[in-house]
Amino acid sequence: MKDAKANLLVGLFMLLGLAAFIYLAMQVSGLAFDEKSDGYTIQAHFDDIGGLTDRAKVTIAGVTVGQVQSIEYDKEFFMAKVTMSIDSTVDNIPTDSSLAILTSGLIGEKYLGISIGAEEDVLKDGDEIYDTQSALVLENLIGQFLMSAGGE
Amino acid sequence: MKTLYSAIYRHIETVGQAGVFLFQAICRLPVRYDEALKLYFRQIYSVGVLSLIIIIVSGAFIGMVLALQGYSILTRYGSESAVGQLLSLTLLRELGPVVTGLLFAGRAGSALTAEIGLMKTTEQLSSYEMMGIDPLRRVVAPRFLAGVTCMPILAVIFSAVGIWAGMLVSVHWLGVYEGSFWSSMQQSVYFDTDVMNGVIKSLVFAVAVVWIAVYQGYICQPTSEGIGRATTRTVVLGSLAILGLDFLLTAAMFGDF
Amino acid sequence: MEVYVDVKNLSFYRADRAIYKDITLQIPKGKITAVMGPSGVGKTTLLRLIGGQIAPHSGSVTVAGLDMSRASRKELFDARRKMGMLFQSGALFSDMSVFENVALPLQEHTEFDDVMIRDIVLMKLQSVGLRGAAHLMPAELSGGMARRAALARAIALDPDLVMYDEPFAGQDPISKGVLVELIKRLNHAANITSVLVSHDVEDSLSIADHVCLLSDGRVILSGTADEIRQSKDPRVVQFLQGHADGPVGFHYPAQDYDKQLLGMN
Ligand SMILES: Nc1ncnc2c1ncn2[C@@H]1O[C@H](COP(=O)(O)OP(=O)(O)OP(=O)(O)O)[C@@H](O)[C@H]1O
Ligand SMILES: [Mg+2]
Repeated sequence: MKDAKANLLVGLFMLLGLAAFIYLAMQVSGLAFDEKSDGYTIQAHFDDIGGLTDRAKVTIAGVTVGQVQSIEYDKEFFMAKVTMSIDSTVDNIPTDSSLAILTSGLIGEKYLGISIGAEEDVLKDGDEIYDTQSALVLENLIGQFLMSAGGE
Repeated sequence: MKTLYSAIYRHIETVGQAGVFLFQAICRLPVRYDEALKLYFRQIYSVGVLSLIIIIVSGAFIGMVLALQGYSILTRYGSESAVGQLLSLTLLRELGPVVTGLLFAGRAGSALTAEIGLMKTTEQLSSYEMMGIDPLRRVVAPRFLAGVTCMPILAVIFSAVGIWAGMLVSVHWLGVYEGSFWSSMQQSVYFDTDVMNGVIKSLVFAVAVVWIAVYQGYICQPTSEGIGRATTRTVVLGSLAILGLDFLLTAAMFGDF
Repeated sequence: MEVYVDVKNLSFYRADRAIYKDITLQIPKGKITAVMGPSGVGKTTLLRLIGGQIAPHSGSVTVAGLDMSRASRKELFDARRKMGMLFQSGALFSDMSVFENVALPLQEHTEFDDVMIRDIVLMKLQSVGLRGAAHLMPAELSGGMARRAALARAIALDPDLVMYDEPFAGQDPISKGVLVELIKRLNHAANITSVLVSHDVEDSLSIADHVCLLSDGRVILSGTADEIRQSKDPRVVQFLQGHADGPVGFHYPAQDYDKQLLGMN
């Protein structure tokens, strides 16, 4: 009798541990088993990604519509090549839209923002956004400011 | 100088004996697996289930405090959405394993030492021996294995509860936007380096604390005073071991060298 | 006379104090041997030496042909299955009920099924008058009951050798009578070799076939109960009559009493 109750509690304890572990894996570290299969991917090249990371969010008008899948160095163009997946429901992004690396807050994480263009054609799987704006790198900004101040 | 050498020698000897003790405890296979499993589950009950309340309550409070502190600092830089990142990384990498370990040493470790020490004092361990039953296998092994199983589970629960409670505070009380709370967290937390390293840490702490606890109980002076001293030593040595190991593990896991 | 336990030239020390100085004694098979002596003389220590829990500093203890101090761990554990020991404190396992305590050696060392084990346990508990207390935890027993439960556990496997460390302490006259009968019956019916440590001179002498009297680390007399009763040795006489004054020291070794009281440290 007593043992049976204890065994039940041990079982619940282990289930609780498992639930906590799954919570940490899925919700906290964002590990998804189906890697956004219902989306399409697009790419873009940047001069400087300035601290953008995998799984950074991609937003339109501040709303998250996708995430960065991979970042690699493109030897051919001497640029960074960013591949991102976009939710399949967001299927009307004009081809001449532009892409910028933004920062949430002063020291917050980097993310991508899409500014909508005017073309009738829309981006499809594998397409590229050509109009990109690199991250604002603080050192460069200060450097530019000093240069222009010195020029006057 | 001579006393120093002999003190060092004695300490090394103690570690050696404790190592042999542990080795014997876990390498002597049980005669009956159903019986061994029953003992193991009983110990999981007393080591794990009974520690659950303190772990959940502490986890919740630490998560809430972290959210408050993190928010008050981050909001100065307009980055309060990063509170999720701060909360989850601190809990998963450090506070989850370490605080769970310290609480575990105080709650379960001391109980293990006292229990085994009392068994020794009341000749129960001798009694097992005289029955031809190995007390290392019967008494020590299930307690050790149960302790090593329970601590990572408790640490994971601690972190999950802490993050959840911190989320309640920052999202529902301080007004951090929920979407950015989670996305900043998911973006910076990696399953293998953060979640799994935390689990590995707590596993290492578990081995250290439970080993100390059962060994101290086993070698204690068979008197009430001896049990008291052994219990204190379990908590002190266990806590120091956790903090020391944490430094080493953190350097190995997250240090860039 | 067949010897079951053979102690040869055994010496044993605690710190620097000699508990045993080169003693030799033999415990005959199938008989009840009473070991008596003043408190602190080392009777419990002797039982532990026989059980192989502690090793002598010199000399040997041979039980059923096996030298306990030279036996391997496995031999030792196998030998102990044929021994039952009633500890002075009872030493019941505090996390198990009385029933589980008695059942444990059966579960560990036999292939009996649960029904069989249950029957044996109830029989053993019945013989010590505790069948009704089977479900109690050791903490819920009185001192005397705990000792009887421990006795039931010690004889659960029907061992060849049973060592009783003060089985009568804390028993009322009725249970004492029952225990005396039980020990006698076990001995005669199952031909068990028994070693009985007891301060209860009359009860021990009444059932013992053989008596060893220990004093000051030596065997001062070894013989049948009648030989003990008729002994003229002043030490034996003093012990049997319970006089404080005499050749047997009642006191633990100490410096002179008057000197310590009067002396300035
Ligand atoms: N663990 C120990 N460490 C040091 N000395 C001990 C230890 N155990 C027993 N002794 C000493 O050994 C001596 C013999 O102890 P033992 O328990 O064998 O006595 P005993 O004859 O059984 O006495 P009693 O009749 O009171 O039970 C005692 O004088 C005791 O001081
Ligand atoms: Mg004794």
